Amino acid sequence: MKKQTYEESIKKLEDIVKTLEEGSKPLEETLKLFEEGTKLAVFCSSCLDNAEQRIIELSSLESGENADAE
Amino acid sequence: MTAPSVLSVSQLNTYIKSIIDGDMNLANIFVCGEISNFTDHYRTGHFYFTLKDKDSSVRAVMFRTANQRLKFRPENGMNVIARGRISVFERDGQYQLYIDDMQPDGLGALNFAFEQLKNKLAAEGLFDQNRKKAIPKYPERIGVITSPTGAAIQDIINVLSRRFPLARIIRCPVQVQGTSAAPQIVDAIQRFNAGSYADVLIVGRGGGSLEELWAFNEESVARAVSGSKIPVISAVGHETDFTICDFVADLRAPTPSAAAELATPEIFEQKSYITAMRYRCGKSVQDEIRHQRERLSRLQASPGLTSPVMVIESYRQRLDGYLSSMQACLDMKISGGRNTLAVLSSKLDTLSPLKVLGRGYALAYCSGTLLHDAAAVEPGSDIEVKLEKGKLFCSVKSVEKQN
Repeated sequence: MKKQTYEESIKKLEDIVKTLEEGSKPLEETLKLFEEGTKLAVFCSSCLDNAEQRIIELSSLESGENADAE
Repeated sequence: MTAPSVLSVSQLNTYIKSIIDGDMNLANIFVCGEISNFTDHYRTGHFYFTLKDKDSSVRAVMFRTANQRLKFRPENGMNVIARGRISVFERDGQYQLYIDDMQPDGLGALNFAFEQLKNKLAAEGLFDQNRKKAIPKYPERIGVITSPTGAAIQDIINVLSRRFPLARIIRCPVQVQGTSAAPQIVDAIQRFNAGSYADVLIVGRGGGSLEELWAFNEESVARAVSGSKIPVISAVGHETDFTICDFVADLRAPTPSAAAELATPEIFEQKSYITAMRYRCGKSVQDEIRHQRERLSRLQASPGLTSPVMVIESYRQRLDGYLSSMQACLDMKISGGRNTLAVLSSKLDTLSPLKVLGRGYALAYCSGTLLHDAAAVEPGSDIEVKLEKGKLFCSVKSVEKQN
């Protein structure tokens, strides 16, 4: 599975908030969305809290040395 | 040349050339004039033209090796100051100005070149707003193309670490001034694009003179920036410095630090944004629950649920109604039957032979058969006579027949 990114997560969270605020979903789905939204918010927060600046060189990406370079 | 002698044309020209070449006053001169008859030799790349003023003109040539260094492109009618030497083109017996360097008279050469390239690229539409790519809101990988030793890289790293440490910084060190700067910058932009190694690129350097910033005014850099699929933020020099790179970039930052700020969201703002969204999620759910609760209580308040007895009563009433109408139907049937019976009974009653006997009539039977005709019996027969009360057993004395 692809690694969850901050950007994707926060976009999904924004969508969920929008859907929830429209109030058009049945209760079960609302609760499910709420649960998912909360998880995403926790994930995003932890991304920010745990972020440590990483600096690498382009040349290392090109030679594939950097293990976490997707 | 002591005695007059006949020279060939070639000898003459060679001699003239040697004199002119030997004159140190002509070896390095500055000449100003207007360019005319400009030709850019398509094969050799040499420039040939005439420099003229109001009254006279001189042939001029600028070889490719020299003209490649020009930052601007000469045009007819342009006033220039040329530096070079005078020599003779022996074949034509023509003396010419061999130009080593040249700059536009009036404006500096760089300023001139800047304006020329700016106009050219603007005409091609490279600065159009609709070409600008959006800068991603939450970049994961920020490519930084700048000098590894300058202040710019440090400023950028500082700002990125403070604002959005989530993003990875991918450095690509390049020279930012001198002749190899432009090709290195172009190469870096292309390498980032080749592997899609970044979500956004910051290309720039700290402040400097126009000459020092020149790489960012090179056409090759401008074309690499505008051709980049990855959005580019240009960050060259200070607030007041504008470069061609700034115009073609998707976003111009006044300084390298500002570029780092423009490339990223602020982490504290992000945190409060997430908190706000969490709150909104929760609120929506609470609203929904309240809404459902209201819906439920509206249903609960409906008469059907508040007093079931009433509902049963109403059913009972309806049932009673059915029962009584059924009863009524039955009663009607019975009383109808009774009436019919009474009518029939009274009719029967009037017809009863006993009633006739009551009025004094008598019935006569012979051998159990009711007699209607006297001829049915013979004198001497025994007959039975029934009266209202009791019977007579008689013998017939005589018979009077009636015809």
